[in-house]
Parts: sequence; structure tokens; C-alpha cells
Amino acid sequence: MEDRPLRRPLTPARVAVVSLGMGCLLVLVGCVALLVGTAHISLDQVRALFHAGGDSQVETARLILLDIRLPRIILAALVGFALALGGVVFQALLRNPLADPFILGVSSGSAFGAIIGILLGLGAGFGVPAMSFAGALSTLVLLLSLGIKRIRMESSTILLTGVIINAFFTAMIMFFVSVSSNAKLHSMLFWLYGDLSQSSYSHVSLIAPVVLVSSLLVYSFANRLNLLTAGEGSALRMGVDVAKTKLVLLVVVSLMIGTVVAFSGLIGFVGLIVPHLARMAFGSDHRLLIPATALGGASFLVVADTMARTLIAPSELPVGVISAFVGAPFFLYLLLARGSRWSRS
Amino acid sequence: MEPILSLDGVGFRYGRQSVLEDIDLRVAPGQMLGILGPNGSGKSTLLSLMDGTLSPAPGVVLLDGTPMETSSRSQIARRLATVSQEEHFRFDFSVLEVTLMGRFPHMGRLQFEGERDLEVAHRALEATRCLQLAGRSIHELSGGERQRVLIARALAQEPSLMLLDEPTSFLDLKFKREIFQLIDRLRTEKDLGVVVVSHDIDLVAQYCTQVLLLEGGSIYRTGTPSEVIATENIEAVFDCPVRVDEDPVTGKPRVSIL
Repeated sequence: MEDRPLRRPLTPARVAVVSLGMGCLLVLVGCVALLVGTAHISLDQVRALFHAGGDSQVETARLILLDIRLPRIILAALVGFALALGGVVFQALLRNPLADPFILGVSSGSAFGAIIGILLGLGAGFGVPAMSFAGALSTLVLLLSLGIKRIRMESSTILLTGVIINAFFTAMIMFFVSVSSNAKLHSMLFWLYGDLSQSSYSHVSLIAPVVLVSSLLVYSFANRLNLLTAGEGSALRMGVDVAKTKLVLLVVVSLMIGTVVAFSGLIGFVGLIVPHLARMAFGSDHRLLIPATALGGASFLVVADTMARTLIAPSELPVGVISAFVGAPFFLYLLLARGSRWSRS
Repeated sequence: MEPILSLDGVGFRYGRQSVLEDIDLRVAPGQMLGILGPNGSGKSTLLSLMDGTLSPAPGVVLLDGTPMETSSRSQIARRLATVSQEEHFRFDFSVLEVTLMGRFPHMGRLQFEGERDLEVAHRALEATRCLQLAGRSIHELSGGERQRVLIARALAQEPSLMLLDEPTSFLDLKFKREIFQLIDRLRTEKDLGVVVVSHDIDLVAQYCTQVLLLEGGSIYRTGTPSEVIATENIEAVFDCPVRVDEDPVTGKPRVSIL
């Protein structure tokens, strides 16, 4: 027993294999989602797409698949990726398993901005997202100026500040929701529960680089996050520059979440549940957990959004309703059946 | 011998209240310094000044002759490891994963542990007799096992000085003895410098080479165990009647509460 050689718990090869596997899952889920929808499109029509020309039926199929469904699927994947990534980082940073990407209140700032945008009659293309992002940005500035000056960014204080900011903006939002007209109420509710129906390639091209750069930056802190989960004092003594790590991650993740939320609304639950699922399956080491969670979140949201647009077709549900409605019982089942970890090597 | 850590005229205040005053001390390789003192005498603050998580004012803390503030946290962590009471593993890590975290100050930003890191972790687990626990979850361990794993993680940092904050509180007699024996062995075998804050006066008397007695934020006495752990000193500082005599076998001071 004593002489059994130890094996490295984590190697770059393992990270690559898991990421590749989760990437394949995402592609697979995306392909299925592409074929599912209100309008029926057969595999023959898909095949015909790859040949030049074709009749009007093929043109319609091309329009539905490439201009309507595909950008929406890509957007869902990007949003799910970012939300799950934000969740896993905040859970580690705040050492709180209940943390999600919305916990700091920055996203309630987004929501407030978006609601004002809708009230002003701005378009869902860029007007409302711009208002929403402005809301996120000003909330982040508020949070940081409070945090750095007065409270040295202590985790429980950050959490409490977030809760209070959330409560404040929720009150403001409820006020505007209660006094607004019926016509706008629907848009507001959909925004508050998450809505991907307005997606376009221009949204995708705006979000994709932000998510890509943020996730690479976050990944370079993976090791530090591992140490931070055992406490800030402990991480500091083991060589982590705690204050800098917290500040960089808070700002980067908040900006990333602010960007995706501006185009998707508040899609709940993805950022809370997917990190836990990934932790159960792959352990707590963030060098593996981060890519697994982010890619898992992407797949999860593609599935949820596909259900949102097909379940009561031709009407749609807000995708946040699906993610919580399906996600919550599934997560509860896993937690009861499997405990907090699926396997241990 | 050149000291690893030295404190010169160190003081510290929280707001207006002075917590420590005029502390001078040196820790050299192979030395084991025990810090004794009643609750609130400044032991934990002193330890935080020694590991650089607090900055002294006035005075200076030198690590290898350079002021602590001028070094990065990872430079410090390569020389000095702390076993503290405030470790809470919120998420599930295996004992081996926890031990390998000690390699952090030796690794680059994205690096994964290599064979050498694994070898160091293996030796650390071996030295603390935790090798058979390697695959277990940190959450499944008993208090004594957990404390040994935290010492293994500190050893994985390959420090020249180890600071321990009450490593034996909450442990039963057997584990108390085991932890002190382990530290003593590491000190002699690896020429490690050790600072230990403890309420176990008898264990400090038995294992430490130097003892520092704190009272109200200043040094009351410092010297060898026999010099410091004497009836009048202990009674004065702890405000409790005691009898200190000599252990007939070890010849070290022995404290009985009266």
C-alpha cells in the first residue's frame, strides 16, 4: 500500500480530452437543435443545401436553417458558455456554492437598463442591449468604488453589497413594470426571464470575441482559484496575489456577463447548476473544471433554448423558464442519488 | 548561523490600540521557537507579521535579510510555509490535490504539476505518514489526519521556515504528541526552522529549542525552555497558580496547574 506510486491527479492531456469530448457533445447538440423546430426540414433538404442552386423550397430551408436557427444556436451556446463560466468563477471567488453570475447585482443593473430601454421604445437589436450594458457598467463602477475604498473587497461584504444592489434594482424594475402598458409588459417579462429570439449574426460577432478573450484570461487564473477556495488568507500565504486576482476576475467576469446579458436577458440557473454538475463529474480542480463547465453550459443552454422555441410552438417560452423547470428537478435528483461527487479516482 | 527570519523593533496597532510593541527575535535553521502567552497577548498578530500578511509599524521584518514587503507573495511562499487554523475547503479536493497545491509558488501561471512536483508531494505525504490517505477526500479526514495533511502541504512548498498556529488544538493526546514529534523530526532531518504558537506548554517545553513568552503585546521573557518556563514567569503571565518542576526523565520543565 505504502509503495503504490502516486499518479498526477490532473494532466494537460486529461484537460484536452475532456474539453474535446465536451466540445463534441456541443456540436452534436447543436446539429440536433438545428433540425428541430416549428418548420419541418427534412434531411434531404439539408443535403440539397450543399449543392448550388435549388428551388424555392431549398431557399426557404436555407433561410430557416442558416439565418434563423443557426445564429440563435450559436448565441445560445455563447451565452450558456459565459453564464456557466461566470458561475464557476464566482463560486470559487466568493467561496459560496450558492453564487451565480448574477449575484453581484451587476446583472440587475443590466435588467434595469434594459427595462428603461424597452420603456423608451428602443429596438431589441441594439438599443435595448446598449441600455442594458450601460446599466451593467454603471453598477460595476458603483460596486468597485464601494468595494475598494471602504471594504477592501472582503468576500462576505461583496456578497452583501450585491444582495442590496439586487434588491434596489428589483424594486425599481417592479415599479416600472407595474406602471407600464400591456404591450411593453410582454417584452419586459421575456427580457427578465431570458430571451434568445432576437438573435442575429451581428450579435454573435459582438459577443464571441468578448467571451473568447474573457475565458482565456479567466483560465490563466485557474490555479489561483483552486487555492482561493480554501480561504483568502491561506491562498495569500501560499503565494497568491489575492487582491489582484479578485479584482481582475471580478471585473473581467462582470464585463463578460454584462455583455451576454445585454443580448440574452436574465437566463437563470445555468450559472448555478452547471458548475455543480461539472464539479460532480470532474472534481474541483479549476484547470479542468473551467473548460468542462463552460462547454457544458453551452450545451445545456442550446438544449434549453431548443425546448423554449418548440414546446408550445408556434408560441415561445422564455428560455429561463425552461432552464429552471427542467434543470432544477434533474439537479435535485443527481444530488440525492449521487452525492456531491460522482466518482473518485 | 544566519537567521532566516528576523524581527527588529517590531510593533503593530489596530487603529489606535497597540497590539504588539518592541519585538526583537531571530529564527535560524534547525531552531524551534515556541510562542506562549495568554489569549489576547498578541500571538496570532505576531505570527501574521512573521508571514507577512500584516505589515509592521514601526520596525522591520526581514526574510533572508530582505524586508518582507519588497518580496512578492510567491517569493515568500517558497521560503516560508504556514499551517494555520483558518483552512476551510469549501469544495471537494483529494488529499493529493491539496498537497500539490503547496507546489503553487514553484509553478508558472498555467503550469501543471510535473514529475518533480509529484515527487515532492510524495515525500511530503510520506514524511507526515499520509501516503495511504492520498486518494481520500479532505472532507473525510479526522482532525489529526487533516492537520497532518496541512503540514504535508506546507512541506510541499519546500520552505526553510515553517510557522504553525496552534497545530494541536482540538487534537487528543495521541495526535498532539504525534504532531510535535513530526515537527521535531522535520526540524532535525531537514534543518527546518520552526515557529509554533501553542497553548500546550508541556509540549513546547519538551520540543522547542527556544521559547518566547508574550504578555500584553510585549516580550516578557525569551530564552531556552528551562529559562522561560519557570513558576514565577508562568504565574505572572497567565495569572494562574502553577507549580513548575523538572521532568525526572527528560529534565525539561513540567507545569502543573494548582
